[in-house]
Amino acid sequence: MRRFSWFNATSLTLGFAFLYLPMVILVIYSFNASKLVTVWAGFSTRWYGELIRNEEFLDAAWVTLKVAFFSSTLATILGTMAAYVLVRAGRFSGRTLFSGMIYAPLVMPEVITGLSLLLLFIGIGLDRGVLTIVLAHTTFSMCYVSVVVSSRLTSFDRSLEEAALDLGCSPFDAFRLVTLPIIAPAVISGWLLAFTLSLDDLVIASFTTGPSATTLPIKIFSAVRLGVSPEINALSTIMIGIVTVGVITASLISKRAAVAQARDEQAAARTT
Amino acid sequence: MAETAQKPKTKSTAPDQAFEPWEDPNAKPLIEFRGVTKRFGDFTAIDDLTQDIYEREFFALLGPSGCGKTTMMRMLAGFDMPTAGEILIAGQDMAGIPPNKRPVNMMFQSYALFPHLSIWDNIAFGLKREGRGSDAIAERVEEMLRLTRLERFARRKPHQISGGQRQRVALARSLAKAPKLLLLDEPLGALDKKLRQDTQFELMDIQEKTGTTFVIVTHDQEEAMTVASRVAVMDEGRIVQVATPAVIYEAPATTYVADFIGDVTLIAGEAKAHESVVEEVVPEPEVAAPEPLVAAAEGERAPQPNALGEWLHDRLLTRVLGPRKAAPKLLPAPEVAAVVEAPVAAPKAAPTEGLAIHWAAGQPPLVAANAPPDWAGKRVTLALRPEKVAISKARPEAANALQGKVIDIAYLGNISTYHVELANGSMIKAQMANTRRISRRDITWEDDVWVSFSDTAAAVLEE
Ligand SMILES: Nc1ncnc2c1ncn2[C@@H]1O[C@H](COP(=O)(O)OP(=O)(O)OP(=O)(O)O)[C@@H](O)[C@H]1O
Ligand SMILES: [Mg+2]
Repeated sequence: MRRFSWFNATSLTLGFAFLYLPMVILVIYSFNASKLVTVWAGFSTRWYGELIRNEEFLDAAWVTLKVAFFSSTLATILGTMAAYVLVRAGRFSGRTLFSGMIYAPLVMPEVITGLSLLLLFIGIGLDRGVLTIVLAHTTFSMCYVSVVVSSRLTSFDRSLEEAALDLGCSPFDAFRLVTLPIIAPAVISGWLLAFTLSLDDLVIASFTTGPSATTLPIKIFSAVRLGVSPEINALSTIMIGIVTVGVITASLISKRAAVAQARDEQAAARTT
Repeated sequence: MAETAQKPKTKSTAPDQAFEPWEDPNAKPLIEFRGVTKRFGDFTAIDDLTQDIYEREFFALLGPSGCGKTTMMRMLAGFDMPTAGEILIAGQDMAGIPPNKRPVNMMFQSYALFPHLSIWDNIAFGLKREGRGSDAIAERVEEMLRLTRLERFARRKPHQISGGQRQRVALARSLAKAPKLLLLDEPLGALDKKLRQDTQFELMDIQEKTGTTFVIVTHDQEEAMTVASRVAVMDEGRIVQVATPAVIYEAPATTYVADFIGDVTLIAGEAKAHESVVEEVVPEPEVAAPEPLVAAAEGERAPQPNALGEWLHDRLLTRVLGPRKAAPKLLPAPEVAAVVEAPVAAPKAAPTEGLAIHWAAGQPPLVAANAPPDWAGKRVTLALRPEKVAISKARPEAANALQGKVIDIAYLGNISTYHVELANGSMIKAQMANTRRISRRDITWEDDVWVSFSDTAAAVLEE
């Protein structure tokens, strides 16, 4: 490894400070004993205790987890199917259009996605609540799953599927018994990604939610409008923790999968 | 190529009757390619191919890389569809039948082992699809593991074993279901010679026991010669010649085949009628061919049936040979031939019909008895196997004898190949069994020697 020069070290520090200083401050103040957010009065976990006793926050957390779980699961199924079709269907006319359309929501402003979903739900007369948030989150996180899974599928050795067919599998069995176990790490990290995306979504959720379903981000946002309380800091810290764990797990899984894949591909290919 | 001599061409199920269903007009082929063409974009991988393969055959595909062998297999297995033409298996058109519904198993050139399954589960995979009982599956898998000597690795994953072991897993997996038709795409390439030979015999054994039809791709012509009932030599999406290994070797249809299979010296020249002493008709002209030094390939030196040779040439008349030298200056043929043949003591090998091939200025024409006399006047190429060329210091008594100088010796263990340069600069390869220790070899570099061969030693190929 090359040593860091002074310049490199400085710019690295500045960059990371820029990114993480706000969060560090938030985490520090979540352990503040004082009720005043800006005055440090010593270390305490008091606000975490308050948080646990706060029914509203607990309800919101429960709704958020439900939404995240169901939407990410649905998004994983749909996204994997979309990726499979797009990678495997070969060249059909309009393929580029289709794959472009799958990825378009990635860059679509959330406000627009949220608004159009709201219009749709009103149009078909669906009561807004947990179900609509789940559907809305599925819609946008499906694209992320599809990106992750299709990048794995493009490097997937097709002859494995052919071998399964050759040995008597139906196409569905070949997918279930050979393709899916091999691409499982990508599918799992796609799921984790969708889960964390759903956890911290505010915009789309507030467009599509109803009075019965308040997610944590919505709760935090409305609470902050009445003033930042240390309780919110504690809650945010917990969420940062969950998201961090999710993202790190997802990247570890895909990294390990990439290593295993390289190894397997060497193994599958002839070694002449 | 010396190995081919020792192979017992064991299709021993019917020792009295040769296994030649392709000669039988009533035999129904198992596989029929009918005018099959396969294009990838505008690249033609298989070009209007028509070929029958019969039940219980061991059909070897031989050809340079990229000539379309794997493509042929993939169309049989159902992974690729022909662009044109049809493929029939057991009389049934395979168009639209998916791979899992075909009575075919394929061993992939890339092995395609399932990386997430153990060796054991890889082999059991196809059996489980069949819904056999677990005892029957276990028994069959154990049998396959024994056959491929993989018992010790059964619990490992594919990435935990060596390349040759993986190849054996792929082989075991495709064999396990005992299909009617087995496609092996270079099944033994990564094995060492000993294991490869053992496995070849195992395959032949399996084939005899189960009656499975094999189509096998190989880059190893020795392997093709050992296992195959017929060999198809391919070139750029076409089959150039299909015949038994012996015919492919002894009577190649074209210079391409001759050059591709084994070692060969090609001599191009102009054929003239060979005006030999016609009254000396000896019933068995082959007997006298004096090749005292070549003992190793004795079994291979079968006389070449003229009818077959003719048939082959007729079929492939249009094949074009490589670029030719300028037309040689013609020498009076009779004298040279007479000089060469005069001292032959035993029943004289005077060809009743034959050609004198004028091939180079200042060199005696070469006598070939195994070509139709009406080729006189045509340009032909002699394909001469090195093991049919003798080398000696003294002038030998043979139909064809040429003088030259040894410029290179390739020592191959059991035999040595001598590269002899003639006065006009052309090269002839001669092979001699190393019956003596190498230090006592009496012919060495820069020696003036004679190379000689009988008038039936070379295959005569029309241009
Ligand atoms: N999917 C494909 N798309 C385009 N060209 C292809 C495809 N598959 C094969 N080819 C081409 O068709 C030709 C024949 O390929 P094939 O794999 O049958 O060769 P092969 O005889 O098996 O060669 P090798 O001995 O190297 O395995 C090659 O030139 C190859 O590049
Ligand atoms: Mg191939």
